[in-house]
Amino acid sequence: MAKIRKATSVGDWLDQRLATETIKKVMATEYWIPKNINFLWAMGMVLAVLFLLLVISGIFLLMYYKPDTALAFDSVNYTIMAEVGYGWLWRHIHAVGSSVAFLIIYIHMFTAIYYGSYKNGREMIWISGMVLFILFSTAAFSGYMLPWGQMSYWAGMVITNLFSAGSLELHGVVEWIRGDYVPGDAFLTRFFMIHVLLIPLVIMGAIGLHFGALRIPHVNNQDGEEIDFDTESAKYLAGDTKGSKVMRFQFDFLSKDIFVLGVFLVFFFYLVFYNFTFALDPVNLDPANGLKTPPHIYPEWYFLWSYEILRPFSKDAGLIAFGFAQVILVFLPFLDRSPNVAPANRRGLFAIWFWVLLIDMITLTIMGKLPPEGIFNVIGAAATWTFLGLWVVLPIITMLEKKK
Amino acid sequence: MNKINKEIQILLVVIFFSLLVYGGVETYAHKVMHKHVDSKNYEYTDLPAITKTGDPVAGAALVTGAAACTGCHGIKSQDMPAPMDAATAVASYGVTPPDLSTAGILYESNFLAALIKDPVATLKLEHKFDDTKMHPMTAFSGAGGDLDQEVADIVAYFKSIAPQEITPKQAYEDACSRCHEMRYMKATQLGDTPTFKFEKDALAYRVKVLEYQDTLKGYMGKLPPDLSTIIVARSNSFLTTFIEDPQSHLKGTSMPRVGLTADATDKVMTHLTHSGDPAKEIRNSLGWKVILFFIIFSVLAYLWKQSVWSKLH
Repeated sequence: MAKIRKATSVGDWLDQRLATETIKKVMATEYWIPKNINFLWAMGMVLAVLFLLLVISGIFLLMYYKPDTALAFDSVNYTIMAEVGYGWLWRHIHAVGSSVAFLIIYIHMFTAIYYGSYKNGREMIWISGMVLFILFSTAAFSGYMLPWGQMSYWAGMVITNLFSAGSLELHGVVEWIRGDYVPGDAFLTRFFMIHVLLIPLVIMGAIGLHFGALRIPHVNNQDGEEIDFDTESAKYLAGDTKGSKVMRFQFDFLSKDIFVLGVFLVFFFYLVFYNFTFALDPVNLDPANGLKTPPHIYPEWYFLWSYEILRPFSKDAGLIAFGFAQVILVFLPFLDRSPNVAPANRRGLFAIWFWVLLIDMITLTIMGKLPPEGIFNVIGAAATWTFLGLWVVLPIITMLEKKK
Repeated sequence: MNKINKEIQILLVVIFFSLLVYGGVETYAHKVMHKHVDSKNYEYTDLPAITKTGDPVAGAALVTGAAACTGCHGIKSQDMPAPMDAATAVASYGVTPPDLSTAGILYESNFLAALIKDPVATLKLEHKFDDTKMHPMTAFSGAGGDLDQEVADIVAYFKSIAPQEITPKQAYEDACSRCHEMRYMKATQLGDTPTFKFEKDALAYRVKVLEYQDTLKGYMGKLPPDLSTIIVARSNSFLTTFIEDPQSHLKGTSMPRVGLTADATDKVMTHLTHSGDPAKEIRNSLGWKVILFFIIFSVLAYLWKQSVWSKLH
C-alpha cells in the first residue's frame, strides 16, 4: 500500500487516494493538441455538449412520458407541452438537439474525410465514430416512435418491414421485432426501453472508446503534418509555448472550444425558440392512426440520403443498395489506398471525389424528401448510382495518387 | 488576420451547404408537397352581394314567423332556447342546428344571405346533398314579398342582435364545436365537459357524447377530427384557407364552407392556439433573452480565448 501522508489540502487528500493530479495531467493539462487547427476541430466538443443536453432534457421528459399507445401521444402533446412548467422547452431542446446533433455529426464526418483524419493509425477513431453514428441513428429512430403520432406509427411500420428482407419474406422476423402483427403496445414499450436505457448506455461506452482511440495517434491538424508530440510537448513545458507546435487541452484548446460552443448555442437556441418545426414534423402531431396512411411518408432529414438509395430499385436490389450504403462508410480507411494524410484539395483526384460525394449526398437527401415522381426519380436514380460508383472508384484513384 | 479569414471562409462553406440542405428538404420540398391556396380575404365574392338595405325589425318578425328559423335554431341571447336538446337534434338532423345569437358577427353578411336562399350551394356541399338526399336546412323561398328584401331584413336582424365583441372560445364553440371535439380543452360536441362527483355520472355523460358522435359519424361519413393539436399539425396558411373553403384543399370533404369573417377566423385560430400551442407567448418572450445570454457568453469566451492564445502565438 502506498504511504499516506497528512494531507495539505482537499486536493492533496484526493490525490493520495485517487491520483487525481495524474488523471488531470493525462486527460487535460498534458493532453496535447496541435495548434494548427480551425473551428471544425471543436465539433467533437459541440457533440459532447449536445449529447449532454439530450440526456438532461431526456431525463426531464422521462418524468412525464407514458409508454402506452393509449397515453403516449397526450402525455407528450398535452402533459409535457401544456401542463408541465417549461415542459415545452425540454421537448424542444430534445427534438432540436437530436436533429442538430446529426447536422454536427455530418460536419464532423466530412471534416474527417476532407483532412484524411481516418488513416495512418487513426482508423479506430473513424470506426468508433461510425459506430456512434449508427448508435445515434438507432436512438433517433427509437425516439421518433415515442410520441406515437402518425409519422411515428408509419415510419415504424415501414422501417420494421425492411427486416422481412424483400423476397425472402421473413415476416416472422418482422413480427418478432414488433411483438405484434402491426406496431402496437409491445412495439412502443420495447422501443421506449431501447431509447431510454439500452442505446444511451452503449453510446456512453462508445464515446469512451472514441475518445480513447484519439490518445495514441493524436488529433490530426489542418495540414496533415506528422508532429512529434513528445518533442513538441517538451518544448512547451520548457517554456517555449510560442515555438511549440502543440498546446494543452486545458485550457488552451478548451478556451477556443468554449467560444465556438457559445456561438453554436446562439444558433441552437434560436432554433429551439423560433424555428423548431423542422425537428417537430407537423404530420407527427396527428395521433397515430393505423387506418389512415399519410400522403407522404418520409424519415427525418438525416436519414433521407440512405432512404433515397432504397427507392430507385426493385425491392431486393433496393435493399442491397440500402444495406451497402449503411455500412460502406465504415470501410473508408481501407478503401482509401493512398498513405497521404493531407487536406483533400492537395490530393488531386481525391479532391474531386470529396466534393462529388458531398454534393451527391445532399442531392440524395433532398430527393429523399420529395415525392418519387417525374424528374425527381431521374435525379434520385442518378445520384444513387453516383453514390455507389464513388465507392468503386475510390480505391482506384487513391492508388494512382502520388506518395508525398 | 489571415488565419481568421480562413476560419470565416470555412464557416461560409459550412453555412452554404447546411442552408442548401435546409432549403431543399424544408422550403422546396414543402412547396412541392403542399398545394398552395391563396386566401380570398373571406369576402366570398362567388356569392351574390346583398343589394337591399335590411330592416332588423322586419327581419325579427320573419325569423320567428314566416321564415321559421326558430323552428330548428335557438337564439339564446334573445331568450329563445333551442327547440330540441342536443341528442334529439342530432338524431333528427345529423348535427345540431347552430344557435344564432352570434351569427351576425361570425359569418360574413353575403354568405348569410346566400345561405338562407340556397344552403347546399353556399356551403359547397352539392356533392353530398341533392333532391334525393336533402340537406337538413331547407332553402327559404320567400314570405310573399320581395325575396331579396326579406333576406336582407333577416341578415340585418342577426347583425343587430349580435354582440359587438366575441371571445376566441365563443367563436370556436359557435363555429366549430358542434362537429369537432377538443379534448385538450375538455370540450366535446356537447360543449364543455362538466366535472362529476361520481364516476357513474361521468361515464353516463361520456355515453351521451359517444352516442352523439355515432350519429354525427353517420351524417358526416366519418367522425370529424379532434382539433386539440391541429394548430401545430397543419400550417397556418393551410388552416386559414381551409376554413375559408374546405373544398380548396380537400375536394369532396363533408366539411361545409363555414363562411367566417376574417376576424372570426382569427378568433378561431387563437382558440386553436390556446389548445395546441399554449406556450407560444412565453416561448416568444423568453427566447431572445436566452439568445442574448449566449451572445454575451460568446463575447466573454472570445476575450478569454484571446488572452489564453496570446501566449501561444
